[in-house]
Amino acid sequence: MSRELLKGNEAIAEAAIRSGCRLFFGYPITPSTEIVEYLSKHMPKAGGTVLQGEDEIASINMCYGAAATGARVMTASSSPGYSLKQEGLSYLAAVELPVVVVNINRSGPGLGGLGPSQADYFQCTKGGGHGDYRVIVLAPSKGQEMYDYTMLAFDLADKWRTPVVILSDGYLGQMMEPIELKERPAAELPPKTWAITGAGSRGKKQNLASYTLTNEIGEAENLRWQAKFEKMRQAEQRWETFHTEDAEYIIVGYGSCGRIGKSAVLNARKKGLKVGLIRPITLWPFPVKAFENMKNVKGILTVELNAGQMIEDVKLAVNCQAPVHLCNRMGGIMPSENEVLRKLVQVFNLAVEV
Amino acid sequence: MMEKILLAGFGGQGVMFIGKIITYAGMLDGREVCWIPSYGPEMRGGTANCSVIVSDEEIHSPVIESADFGIVLNQPSYDKFLLRIKPGGVLVVNSSIISTEQKRDDIEIIALPAGDIANGIGNPSLANMVCLGALLPKMNLTHIKSIEKAIDSVVGKKKPELYELNMAAVKKGLER
Repeated sequence: MSRELLKGNEAIAEAAIRSGCRLFFGYPITPSTEIVEYLSKHMPKAGGTVLQGEDEIASINMCYGAAATGARVMTASSSPGYSLKQEGLSYLAAVELPVVVVNINRSGPGLGGLGPSQADYFQCTKGGGHGDYRVIVLAPSKGQEMYDYTMLAFDLADKWRTPVVILSDGYLGQMMEPIELKERPAAELPPKTWAITGAGSRGKKQNLASYTLTNEIGEAENLRWQAKFEKMRQAEQRWETFHTEDAEYIIVGYGSCGRIGKSAVLNARKKGLKVGLIRPITLWPFPVKAFENMKNVKGILTVELNAGQMIEDVKLAVNCQAPVHLCNRMGGIMPSENEVLRKLVQVFNLAVEV
Repeated sequence: MMEKILLAGFGGQGVMFIGKIITYAGMLDGREVCWIPSYGPEMRGGTANCSVIVSDEEIHSPVIESADFGIVLNQPSYDKFLLRIKPGGVLVVNSSIISTEQKRDDIEIIALPAGDIANGIGNPSLANMVCLGALLPKMNLTHIKSIEKAIDSVVGKKKPELYELNMAAVKKGLER
């Protein structure tokens, strides 16, 4: 299959078009801007519409409206813009509308900087907006996955009637790699009988609203949502393992840190250290199942571009089977594979020169 | 085999373009490649840089701590990236506007007046391609044939005259 050289952001945009998404509402912000730029050029040719809202709040609510009609719809932003979308995301989770939301994480807090960061991990995986909800969060680690996971995101959104977040960073968004422009994979998805398409022959009124006037209805709704989240938690955990079979030490990293971690594993193996890697693909649901058997593991090192956020989920999953330490950079700086390896050797007191 | 390349200069000197051409050439040769621009405020006036990796095997970490090769087109880039080349590596320097007082003995520095050479062929903005030509004989995974194909794919179809100009500049660098 032919490969095209695309930026990660462009790969997301192309995959959206090929996933049948014909509506995009957004507001440009570095380092995610190539998504709306690419779509503005190519979406109209596919018969779709790209509209720049007056801001991120308007854009996410335009997504609400579009998704309510059963259409596939996407928005994209970067950290400060993603913050503005939180109210809308909470509403989308409540009325259970499938929307794909891309967050090309830049450094924060505040206006922050444009460099790669994973400081939005908590915000993306723990709900982000008000109320008790979760959305599926996918974390690509290379250009091809920016493409593939976008296609997956649309299917998961339709399958579970939920917003799906693609969480990446400026490095992956701006990086050009060869991408195979695969066709959309076949998927069996439930019919959108809930869509607001005009009563027509259906005869009965449908609405999509999240206001509950009694506490009893409120509790019943929350129980129903939580039951759905539990099903998603069981069904959708995804991760990749790399040289974990005989590993005594495990590096855990997602996105950019996942691939830096792989280089660290290969370097460690050259030095005779049995190191492996677990790369979470879904950040929510967190791949707890990947950490079920840690009995031969002497230590775990999470690699993150934040002050240590995913490490909390890793510790919960590891459940004290092994000590868990952090290797991190912040503010837009990436660690090198040697830095990761040095940290591993240092915290676990290994007798190896790095 | 994996070759890591750092490219840097003023915004507008065509730093990203050299990176794209090397990346494209690698892809056309069926290799694994990745191209990372500096992005953000640096694109608007300061030094711009990009990093390229060309490889026979899958590229995991895209972060270049130290590179096999470098091309620097202005003084701030020379000062910043001189220390980022691996011992035994090669750094091509546009000596038309860079003074190489600060030196290293453990790398090969190819200093050539790329700006003047580009002026000589009638287009000062081709200093980038002159430098690329000068670096080509040192690289193992990038060759003139694939660079020709890459330039043709990237600019040839839209503007055939740019293909000729760019190739002329690359050849000037090669002949150095």
